[in-house]
Amino acid sequence: MASGRDALLEHYRAMYLIRRFEEEAARAYAQGKIGGFLHLYIGQEAIAVGAAAALREGDQVFQTYRDHGISLALGMSAEKGMAELMGKDTGCSRGMGGSMHFFDKEHGFMGGWGIVGGHVAVAAGAAFKSKYLGDENVTLCFFGEGATNIGGFHEGLSLAGLWKLPIVFICENNQYAMGTPMKRTSAISDLTLKAQGYGMHGDRFEGYDVKVVHERVKQAVDRARKGEGPTFIEIETYRFRGHSMSDPAKYRSRAELEERKKKDPLVITKDQLQQAGATIEDLDNIEIQVEEAVKAAVKAADDAEPAKESVMFDSVMATKLGPQNREEAAR
Amino acid sequence: MPQMNLVQAVNSALRTEMRNDEDVIVLGEDVGKVGGVFRVTQGLFDEFGDDRVIDTPLAEGGIIGTAIGMALYGLRPVPEIQFSDFIFPAFDQIVSEAAKFRYRSGGEYTVPMVIRTPVGGGIRGGHYHSQSPESLFIHTAGLKVVCPSNPYDAKGLLLSAIRDDDPVLFFEPKRVYRAVKMDVPEDEYTIPIGKAKVVREGEDVTVVGWGAMLFEALASADEVAEEGVSAEVIDLRTLWPVDIDTIVESVKKTGRLVIVHEAPKACGFGAELLSLVTEKAFVHLEAPPVRVTGWDTPFPYTLEMEYLPLQHRITPALLETAKYIP
Repeated sequence: MASGRDALLEHYRAMYLIRRFEEEAARAYAQGKIGGFLHLYIGQEAIAVGAAAALREGDQVFQTYRDHGISLALGMSAEKGMAELMGKDTGCSRGMGGSMHFFDKEHGFMGGWGIVGGHVAVAAGAAFKSKYLGDENVTLCFFGEGATNIGGFHEGLSLAGLWKLPIVFICENNQYAMGTPMKRTSAISDLTLKAQGYGMHGDRFEGYDVKVVHERVKQAVDRARKGEGPTFIEIETYRFRGHSMSDPAKYRSRAELEERKKKDPLVITKDQLQQAGATIEDLDNIEIQVEEAVKAAVKAADDAEPAKESVMFDSVMATKLGPQNREEAAR
Repeated sequence: MPQMNLVQAVNSALRTEMRNDEDVIVLGEDVGKVGGVFRVTQGLFDEFGDDRVIDTPLAEGGIIGTAIGMALYGLRPVPEIQFSDFIFPAFDQIVSEAAKFRYRSGGEYTVPMVIRTPVGGGIRGGHYHSQSPESLFIHTAGLKVVCPSNPYDAKGLLLSAIRDDDPVLFFEPKRVYRAVKMDVPEDEYTIPIGKAKVVREGEDVTVVGWGAMLFEALASADEVAEEGVSAEVIDLRTLWPVDIDTIVESVKKTGRLVIVHEAPKACGFGAELLSLVTEKAFVHLEAPPVRVTGWDTPFPYTLEMEYLPLQHRITPALLETAKYIP
């Protein structure tokens, strides 16, 4: 089925873009071009790509600090992302946010959150907007399994369930809240039990096959769009790198990592494509195009102007009366 | 005497007091097996076990709430909030419960809890990993607020804080964590809460700082000395209750005051210090007091070195203040 194969090829392209973007980000970090924290999405690509494919224009997406993957999957350019990482004025947040705080209004991306659980009720509010206006848009709210213990998560889900909001909560369960495994921080292992308490649908599956992610998220998105209320989805996944670049991930064994890498979503999709009749040439072409795009993004980010102090002061409040120290800074 | 950085000094204080007192309990995110995101609690899990060094879920409100409950019944919990920017989900518990328990129980119950938390910028963490929220807690009656600048003070102050019967916010300047090593005794010693320290004597201008900015103030004092300006540097160490007498005494000598802090200027602790000095030493002031602070913006990712009140901003402030002619 050619159309199915073409769609899968595009999924592969999107996943490969995320993988290569993240690898180049890691390189730039090692070269000192990116500061602070850098949390890579490598290993989890099928979730962002499958979920983004279930959306339509106008839908809105909230994510944690591990936000590069979904931004790219939604259509943000690698150049804007790389420039943001490097603190450049051409970045998606004009160099004010950095890795954890991407924004892309054009593609419905409402931001990456450096505060665990801080975005859950905000996402519910965005979904309330859709219900109130009847715009039939759906909100996706991503978080990790660690966030399901924090107060903000429960308050957000409580309201979304009560008001039957058009929202899909996606828990990317990558097994570790930073360095602590879930079994040491949660009394239950099936997190959809938490959704039951808030009167919403629950779903739970592995997130290594992009087609599965797409289908299952789409079911929930369609349900939300039809006004049938929110869904909580727990997707099992695994990050191949540490929590961040400064985490050597000594809390898990080499053997465990190697075992998990057997479920690399890119390898799975590649196998599916070849079984569906895609040629090596098809795949090579995609990879070459992505390589060039990422290379160009790094070059453009390298060459871009640094973030500007004027933007920092001008973007604090809508009125420009705000900061008293602008003149002091100019001295 | 061993050389320790601030991470090791805090670790040493925790270890010392956990050996002394079985009521001391450490809890927080990743503090156990991993040893904390900055490795401050490394090794405590192995020595004291999982009922005294507790890995919690990500739940700041829960961490502080349960620590308050423990403290009411005589335990001495030392919860860690991984970054002071993450403290706000627990803000209600701190402000509404910890700070008010003694007061509303007529002095019957105390909350001997120490909340340890890394503070400030310098690691390019951006707006959620760099803030300095100390003044929010100083503004709340019932809390003590401590911020050491160096390893030696950190150990002595933390031991005092754990033994103190009131709730203490213990801010650890993360920019200093591994930047400075100095002699720190293995044995126990305390530094009193509520006492500032004159770390450099001078005649012409007083500069008050704390935490990571203290080193910047000292560097500026060295720099202005080359221009013949003698700056007296005060390390506040405890922010609340504040040792205003030490500052006032210094200002009476120099007549001039510069306050340095990372937090934004508007309603930063510098504003309170400046008010107190004005109230107590108005006639001694020979120049307008000056605050060198972070800007009134969220903490920036890229422009961190422009935002922080570093040496390049403190030095001109010292020179202008010292040379000010009314």
